[in-house]
Amino acid sequence: MMHLHLSWTLLVYLVIFSSRDSSCFASEFTFELPDNEKQCFYEVREKDEECLLEYQVVSGGKYDVDIQVRDPGNRVIHQDTKKQYDTFTWKTSASGAFTFCFSNEFSSFSHKVIFFGISCGDDPMLGGEDDDRPGAMTQMEANTLAIFESLKAVISYQTHFRLNEFTGRRVANGLHNRVLWWSVGEIIVLLSVGVGQVLLVRSFFSDRKNVGSSGPGGKVRIGV
Amino acid sequence: MVVGKYKTQLFDKNINDYLPSSPGIGMHVLIRDPENNVILSKTYQAEGRFTFTSHSPGEHTICLYSNTTKWFMGGKLRVHLDIQVGEHANDYEQIKSKDKLSELQLRVRQLLDQVQQITKEQNYQRFREMRFRDTSESTNRRVFYWALAQLAILAVTGFWQMRHLKSFFEAKKLV
Repeated sequence: MMHLHLSWTLLVYLVIFSSRDSSCFASEFTFELPDNEKQCFYEVREKDEECLLEYQVVSGGKYDVDIQVRDPGNRVIHQDTKKQYDTFTWKTSASGAFTFCFSNEFSSFSHKVIFFGISCGDDPMLGGEDDDRPGAMTQMEANTLAIFESLKAVISYQTHFRLNEFTGRRVANGLHNRVLWWSVGEIIVLLSVGVGQVLLVRSFFSDRKNVGSSGPGGKVRIGV
Repeated sequence: MVVGKYKTQLFDKNINDYLPSSPGIGMHVLIRDPENNVILSKTYQAEGRFTFTSHSPGEHTICLYSNTTKWFMGGKLRVHLDIQVGEHANDYEQIKSKDKLSELQLRVRQLLDQVQQITKEQNYQRFREMRFRDTSESTNRRVFYWALAQLAILAVTGFWQMRHLKSFFEAKKLV
């Protein structure tokens, strides 16, 4: 899984290919969003393409993020607040650079790791122009197409499983470390309190020599 | 194997658009493996290509830093980023023409690639589950030993306190 950290105000144009074909495009990206920040990604698409955006917060805080999607004319076509996981499909109304902005401005101390994926266009129609048998597919071709679709679904499930595993692992590692630090800290506190109590009680009786005797009017306090 | 290509364009306020190429701007690429060791740390020009091969499964971190001082004039930089992982960069048109496959053969080749990717991912998940189990068992052990240690420390401290104070008060002739 790729994990990109951006510094300064970089406009990152995604040309991340997971399948190289002119008719379909898919890219996935995992990045770290620092607290109180907003980061935007841009993708140049053609007109009349069916696109799908999917994002998930895999680490950080309450696992929520704000999102805003803008078209090339800078109009907001989708906006949502504090979602952990969501998908959004749209048909591109114009060709140009679409903006995907993730905002963590509502959180002041938790930086988040966000995964998102964009896929546009249909699956590549293999064969294309030099297919001299237009029309119905053979049984074999239909079966292989069905297998292709099923495997695409499997890969998609695997991606979600991998993201959820990452989330769980982060929590487990954090817990592992916190248990250690808590134990060490508590040992120190226990020992210092135990010794401190004894020293404090001793100091009640050490400074004034006449407190030890129980004379009239004298008040002796023993213990804490 | 992961191949990364990037291209940077600087925003020019005079023409209110991005320059086609921005010479003089370098990008420092830093790549870390899952154990946070640096496996690549190099500075490239405005347009560059970097590759690395992952030797251990897990999250690798790719960082791009710009090393130019032109930044501070309040400019914008457009970065085109292209990252191809392993066999995801398959160009089926190219494979079809190179190996002269029919459509069905190409489809089967594509299915093979998909199944290979699924198998790789499953191996990765098996490795992850093993590490997760180790971590959970280690946490369980830590909590258990900590509970025992806490009991022991409390008992010893209480006992020592009482004994010390008793001898102290006996010395002061209060008891």
